[in-house]
Parts: sequence; structure tokens; C-alpha cells
Amino acid sequence: MTKPPRPGDTNGRSITRRGLMLAGLQLGVITTLALKLRSMQVEQAEEYRMLADGNSIKIRLLVPARGLIHDRNGIVIAGNEQNYRVTLTREEAGGDVEPVLRRLARLIPISDARMAELLDEFAKRSAVTPIVLADRLTWEQFSSIAVNAPSLAGVTPESGLSRVYPRAGDLAHVLGYVGPVSDYDLSKIEDPDPVLMLPEFQLGKVGFEARMEDVLRGKAGQRRVEVNSAGREMRQLSRQEGEQGATVQMTIDAQLQNYAAQRMGTESAAAVAIDVQTGDIVTICSSPSFDPNKFVRGISSADYKALMNHDHRPLADKTVQGVYPPGSTFKMVTLLAGLEAGVINAGSRFYCPGYTTAGGRRFHCWRKGGHGTVDAVTSLSHSCDVYYYELAQKVGIDRIAAMARKLGLGQRHELPMSAVAEGIAPDRAWKQARHGQAWQVGDSLNASIGQGYVLASPLQLAVMTARIASGREVSPRLVRAIDGVQQPVPEFPVLDIDPAFLRVARLGMDEVMNSDSGTARRSRIIREDWRMAGKTGTSQVRNITAAERARGVVSNDQLPWNRRDHALFVCYAPYDAPRYAISVVVEHGGGGSAVAAPIARDIMLFALNGGLPPLDAVPDDQRAAMEERHNAMHLFPPDAPRLTRA
Amino acid sequence: MSYLDYKVAQTPTGIRKILYLNWPLVFLIAAVASIGFLMLVSVAGGRVDTWAEPQMYRFAAGMVIMIALAFVPMWFWRGISVPAYVCCFLLLIAVELVGEIGMGAQRWIDIGPIRLQPSELMKISLVLLLAAYYDWLPARRVSRPLWVLIPVVLILAPTGLVLIQPDLGTSIMLVAGGGIVMFAAGVSLWYFGVVIAAAVGLVAAVLESRGTDWQLLKDYQFRRIDTFLDPTADPLGAGYNIIQSQIALGSGGWSGRGFMQGTQSRLNFLPEKHTDFIFTVLAEEFGFVGAMSLLGLYTLIIGFCLYSALSNRDRFAALITIGISGTFFLYFAINMATVMGMLPAKGSPLPLVSYGGTSLMILMLGFGLVQAAHVHRPR
Repeated sequence: MTKPPRPGDTNGRSITRRGLMLAGLQLGVITTLALKLRSMQVEQAEEYRMLADGNSIKIRLLVPARGLIHDRNGIVIAGNEQNYRVTLTREEAGGDVEPVLRRLARLIPISDARMAELLDEFAKRSAVTPIVLADRLTWEQFSSIAVNAPSLAGVTPESGLSRVYPRAGDLAHVLGYVGPVSDYDLSKIEDPDPVLMLPEFQLGKVGFEARMEDVLRGKAGQRRVEVNSAGREMRQLSRQEGEQGATVQMTIDAQLQNYAAQRMGTESAAAVAIDVQTGDIVTICSSPSFDPNKFVRGISSADYKALMNHDHRPLADKTVQGVYPPGSTFKMVTLLAGLEAGVINAGSRFYCPGYTTAGGRRFHCWRKGGHGTVDAVTSLSHSCDVYYYELAQKVGIDRIAAMARKLGLGQRHELPMSAVAEGIAPDRAWKQARHGQAWQVGDSLNASIGQGYVLASPLQLAVMTARIASGREVSPRLVRAIDGVQQPVPEFPVLDIDPAFLRVARLGMDEVMNSDSGTARRSRIIREDWRMAGKTGTSQVRNITAAERARGVVSNDQLPWNRRDHALFVCYAPYDAPRYAISVVVEHGGGGSAVAAPIARDIMLFALNGGLPPLDAVPDDQRAAMEERHNAMHLFPPDAPRLTRA
Repeated sequence: MSYLDYKVAQTPTGIRKILYLNWPLVFLIAAVASIGFLMLVSVAGGRVDTWAEPQMYRFAAGMVIMIALAFVPMWFWRGISVPAYVCCFLLLIAVELVGEIGMGAQRWIDIGPIRLQPSELMKISLVLLLAAYYDWLPARRVSRPLWVLIPVVLILAPTGLVLIQPDLGTSIMLVAGGGIVMFAAGVSLWYFGVVIAAAVGLVAAVLESRGTDWQLLKDYQFRRIDTFLDPTADPLGAGYNIIQSQIALGSGGWSGRGFMQGTQSRLNFLPEKHTDFIFTVLAEEFGFVGAMSLLGLYTLIIGFCLYSALSNRDRFAALITIGISGTFFLYFAINMATVMGMLPAKGSPLPLVSYGGTSLMILMLGFGLVQAAHVHRPR
């Protein structure tokens, strides 16, 4: 059977042609795809690889161990302790955290309120964010959780370091404390270190911890971890530990500080002891104190309220923040100003009838009957006010203020502590600027005995005493060594005061303690090689009206506590070769000789002895009382552990 | 050449037909599917039972279906082309009326245990119908306007129904699949030129319509277009998938990061990695070499289909083969172009590789037709 040529043949060719065109088109598309693949996977592979790594690899910071703080003998006064805590991640717990929390509550106490708080927090936070369930667990609790980990899905026992202050309240004011970073902290810091964002990071909040933050912080370590798209950590790729902050050795002697704190007891008081030669602050103690460890752990509002409402203001640092009228401890300043101005010499005498009249007002001496004839030395040993009233009128306030500044008053001493007060050494210009009033002669009289406008901190009084004792411009310091590198002791320049005048002042201070009629004779040191010189001060915190005076001045004991006089005392010893200068202020303590001087004397003895004051250094009649006091004290043992590293 | 014209005696009969299958095509399909199994194991984190195992069972069933269909002679297919099309068309209408709401679009109806997606079936039956039409139509009439209008209506009617589901992707696939058959049948290129010009005009009109009362696309579809044009504008929103996909692809580099070592897929930066983005996982873990291997296998499948079609003197069979292989080509080209960021993001599976039953079954059904055309080709 033969057939005519069929149209199908042409169709066949048509399909062939169109089929080939189609094949060509498809090949073109495939080639385009292949080229795009090539450009992405071969030419741009590196860029995409970096993007992929950036997606999945995150840098997690590791909190560096904070630098330790030692006292001058190597006793750790701020260290780090292991902090055991447990965290829970919702995602790993399988979404529902409550059963896990209930199981956990059998191992560690979780109150119902805390449970509700936690559930609320889990509901708010991302499922992959670990939330701290409990902090500061005991080792037993921590290990029981670790053992039971298989039944506690999502619970991770972690350990980290947390600041601890082994000396508790002794050094609370000078050291300050650390705490978690607040939004307020961040707002104050320009370009904050990213490590501050870590929830477990502890930032120096106040005091030495805050001021030395840069030194103590250290460098954060890094962990490179792989995370999934939800941000959950899958595995750790590498780990580089941080660098611990520098170990800082302070000039403070923790044992002496401990003794000073115990010696002041419950008084609202401050004591500062300075090494006269080096300016080292060996003790700077404010009383009463608080436990800084409570702040590190998060203080309860009840505890905090108790501290805030305490009338002895435990949170205030009275050593550098507190300023007081220095009272008679200021008399050395007025005396030296008079000697330097040449208006008196050591032999010049004034007559004290018990009062003087100036500017139409009557100014009284503390001794109602007067001191009779008084010279420079007896003016100090008897603390005669009239002598200084007369002197002030001759010298003028500006020269007194200049002398005060030479001795370190009315100026801020740069110390790594919080809110170091400047105090006030008033003069005419100051009053004009501050109060817009002209200086009155009465102001000079008040200032001459450290009352009126004059204000000084215990630190400044200690510096003043050290300068009088050494004749050099002693400046206080707190840092002895950083990471074992001793800080240089500056060669203090000689004071711009004639040494002969300083000798007069020292002689006066010696007589305060050691002459038969010295105001602080009771607090003298009877060991001749530790012979102490000092000056008492009693500063009024109220005005005694004429009417009151006429009725007879009420004694301090009969006044409410907060209206009583401040008791002050400054001293140095040994007299011949001064080592320590000490100032003590007891707020509303009454008389400087009765209250402040014995405290200062005991601290001095501890400093000189390097341990508890020997009983034979004080007059016989006080030994029994001293022994009794020592027995009642809770002192850290003298061989306290000296750690080197946390 | 009509099937009545060739010598029936020369075509294989009975069980012997199995020897005349397009065996290279069978092996290529199996190879591609195996790559799919491997990737499904990888995205399941090494677990076989999550995705790979069910997919293997489905593929085995698909193979059985394909081979079974290959035994069915062409006269049967020609005979059911019209009823099949009508059935699918009615099903599309049914979907519109009773269809389940899923993925924001009505796409399937449940008949007992079977979930039927008529739009997928329509892809096959449209090719069947058009192939039968051009087999019936004398060659000289192919480009006459009236005879061009008929297939255009046959294409646009179901396309319109799919579009109102709304399923833009499948609509485009229907138009493209039908267009391929018309193109292969020899319709004048002028018509294609006009259609392409009209399409460009339509796209312009659609973009122009945004925000007006006569807005032609849904907001999410417009957003998809925005995302395509600039995925980085919203890297954590709509553009996220494309960006992460590109990163995964590119980071694979020359030889890939290794089996189950792709960070992008393992750490869940990739979305829908077992379905639409599975090519990305392959490209990340096996690199350019792996991606090109798959592309090569696909190209070979298309090549064998085209060779089979061009050497087939049965016009109906040839057109079916071209139409189905063209649809297959569109599937993988669109998926790959999408994950590479060359086309707007759209949920489309990678044929034979992505996890999913419906698309695999339709594909195997299509390849069954291709095999039948090959087995029963005139000799």
C-alpha cells in the first residue's frame, strides 16, 4: 500500500524545528541558572560565607574576674567568691516551665511569691533567654541540682564570681561596693564597655570600687558560639578567658581599721590616721557602718530603710564627706597665722577674763572664770578662747584662711573615694561671694576658734596635723601598689612656714597632753618613746543664747543627742619623730577631751604597737577599763588569711 | 501521523512493553529522587523517618504508577483527553464552591482520604487536550486566528478559575504549559510576540493598579513583588527568606560545607527547607558541584524527553512529551530562580526533590504519559 506524501511529515518537521527552538530556549534558561550559581558559589562564595558565619557565629563576652583589693599587709579586703546559681531556659524546658519549677522547688526553697514572679518573667521574656532562678546557692543545693539535672530539663547550674568583702562593715565607706549595672549607670557612661551589658557584671557603685573601676575591671574574655536562628546557643567554638583586673594594694591597715571601728563602737564618729612621712592613710573609718555584702547581693528594702532612717547615718562617710566646725583643733591655724604675721611671738601674752567684747558683742571663753594671763603655748594647752579672740582681731581673717589652706583645710584632697568634701576656710572674699555680705569682726572671732563658717572634714584635720607634725606638705594617698608595682611616695615639699613657729604649735600640742594642766592629759601616752601631742576640740552645733547663758549653760548630758556638741581630737606621735597623725570626730559626743581623745589615743597605740595597745602605755587608772574594752571587742585575728588570688 | 496509520503490529505488546520503556529517563528520575532523599535526611538532622522514608514510599508508588501508565496505549489517552479536561474543569469549579481554605487560597478538596488538587491535575489534562487538538487540527489551520482562539480559550478558562482561588503561580504554570504545546505545534510566532507584549502591558497595568480601587492583585502579592525587587529593604520581614537563601547558596562555595554541615539550614536560618528551599540546602552542603550535578540531571531529563518527542512521529505523543517536559522544566527553573533571588518568592516545590505527595504524584503521572508516548511510538 502506497500512500501519498502526508501532511504529517511536514508536521513532523515543524515539531522538530519548534522542538529544537524550545530546547534552545530551555538550554538558555538552564545556562542562566548555571551562571548565576557560578557567580554566587564560586565568585562571591567568600562574601556569602562571611554572611553565613555572621549569622551563626556570635561573640559572647565573659565577665572578667574583678581585681582584688589588699590592705597594706596583703590581707584581702575585697575579693571574689564563687557564686552558684541556677538558670532556666524555657525553650529547653519544653515550653512549659512550671512543672520544672515545681520539681526544682523540692531541692531549693522557692516561695510561692517568687514562683509567681518567675512565671511572670518567663511569660515576658524570650524562650531562649536563660533566667536566673536562684542565686547564691550553697554547695549542697548546687550539687543536688546538678545530680538531678536529667529530670530538670532546661535547668543549668552555673557558677560565677561575685564580689565579697571579708571585712564586712570595717571598710564599707572607703571601699564602697559593687552592684549590677543600672540604666542610670549606663546613662552616665559615655561609650560603655559592652561587658557592662552582661547581667552578671558587677560595677563599682561608690567609693574606691567606683573610682578605681578602670583598674579593677579587667578585660572581658570572649566565647565564640554558634547560635541558631532563634539565638539559642548550639555549641561553643572557642573560648578565650578574660584578664583579671589589677590587684590593688591600699595604704590601709585592715587590722588597725578593724580596731578603730570596734573602738568607736556605736558612736556616730569618724577616725582618720595618716602616716606622717608618706601620707599613707592607714585608717579611714566611719561609724556606724553597714555591710557592703548586702548591697552586692541586693539589699532588702527593710534593711535599706533601716539604714536610711538610722539617726547615726550609717551610709554617710563621715571621714571625707562629713564636714564639722573644727572647734579648738583649729587654734593651731590661728596661732601659726599670728606668729607668721608677726603680730605676736611665742612669748606674747593676753589676759583672759573669761570673755572679750568685739563689735558690740560679748564673746565668751569656754572657762567661765577665764584663764588669766595666757601665752602661745598655754593658749593651746588650756585651749583659751579669749587668746584667739584677741589674736584674730590683730591678724585678720584673710591671713588665718591662708594659713588654713597651707595646712590642707578648705581644699579637696584628691582621693579615690566618693564625694570628698572641700570644707570651708572662710575669708572676706568667700563670705562676699557666698553670702553677699561683708565680713564682720565677730565672724573672725568665731573662725579663730574653729566655729562659725569654718568647716573641715576629719580627713582634712588629719592632714593638718600631719603637716604641723612633719613641717611638710603631706598629701594623703590610698593606693600603695597596683599589680605589685609600688606607687612612688612623693617627696613632700617643706611647708612655707617658719619651723620655729611650727615648733611653738607642736610644743603647745605636747602640753595639751603632757603638762599637768593640759586639757587632754588624761589621754596621754605614758611610754616616753611614743609620747603623743594633740589638741582637743568641742564644737557647738547650736547657738547659746544670752538668756541660756544667764541661766547657766546646760550640760551636754541633759541635751537630746542631736543637739550635743561634737567632740574632736587631733594628735600625732611619737612627738620627737612623728609617725602617725590621727583625727577623731565624735558627732554629738560632748567634749573632745573626754570622748574623742581616748579613742584617738587608743588607735594611735594600736598603730604604733602593730597590735592591741599595751596596757602599760596608758595611765594606771585606765588600764582596767581598757582591758575590759579589749575583751569586749570582736577583732579579726591578727594572722588573718592573706590570699594572693581568688 | 495518526496512530491509525502506523503498523500496530510493530509496537510492543503486553508485558514486553517494559523492555521498551525510556530506561535512561527512568534512571535519571530515580537519581534525582535519590538526591531528594539524601537532602531530606540532611534537613531532618540525620533522621530518615521524618521525611525521607515517607517520601521514598511515595516515590516507589509513583514509579509503579508511571510504569503502569506507560502500558496504556495512546488511543486511550487521546480518547480521554476531552473528558479528563472537562472533569478537571468541573473539579476546579467544585473547589471554588466547596474547597477547603488552606494557605489563604482554595486549592484542594477532600474526597475521603485523598486530598485532590484539581489545579495540578489540570496541568496534565490541559497538555493532553491541546496535544489532541493539534493532532486533530490540519497543519494549515494551526495559525488561523479562529483556530488559535480555541486553545487560548481552553487555556484561559481553567487559568481564570485558578487565578480566583487565588493561585498566581499555578495560573502562570498553566498558561506557560499550554503555551509550550501551542509553540511546539507550530502556531505562528507573531501570536507569541503579541501575547508577550500584552503580558508586559498587563504587568504594567497591575503595578499601576496598586492602591487604586481596581487593584488587580492582593496586597500580599504586591508585597512579594516589592520583596523581590529589593529583598534587603526588609531583611527581617518578607525579604528574610530570600536573603537567608542566597547566603546559604553562596556560602556553599565550590564543594559545599559537607553533608549536614550547612549552618544556614542546620541552624534554621532557612525557611521551609524540606520543601521550597531544599535546593538551597543542597547548594549549601554540596556546593557548586552538587547544585550543578542536580541541574545537569534535570537537563538530561529534559534532553531525553525532547529527543523522545522529536523522534516520535506520532504528533499527539510528541506534543504530550514536549508539554509535560516543558512543565517539568518550568517547575525546576522557577524554583531554582526563586531561591537564587532571580524571581519573586513564591511557594513552589523542586520537582522530584521537595518533600510532598501531590506534586510528586502529578509528576510521575506526567512521566507515565511520556513513557507511554515513548513505548507506543510508531516504528
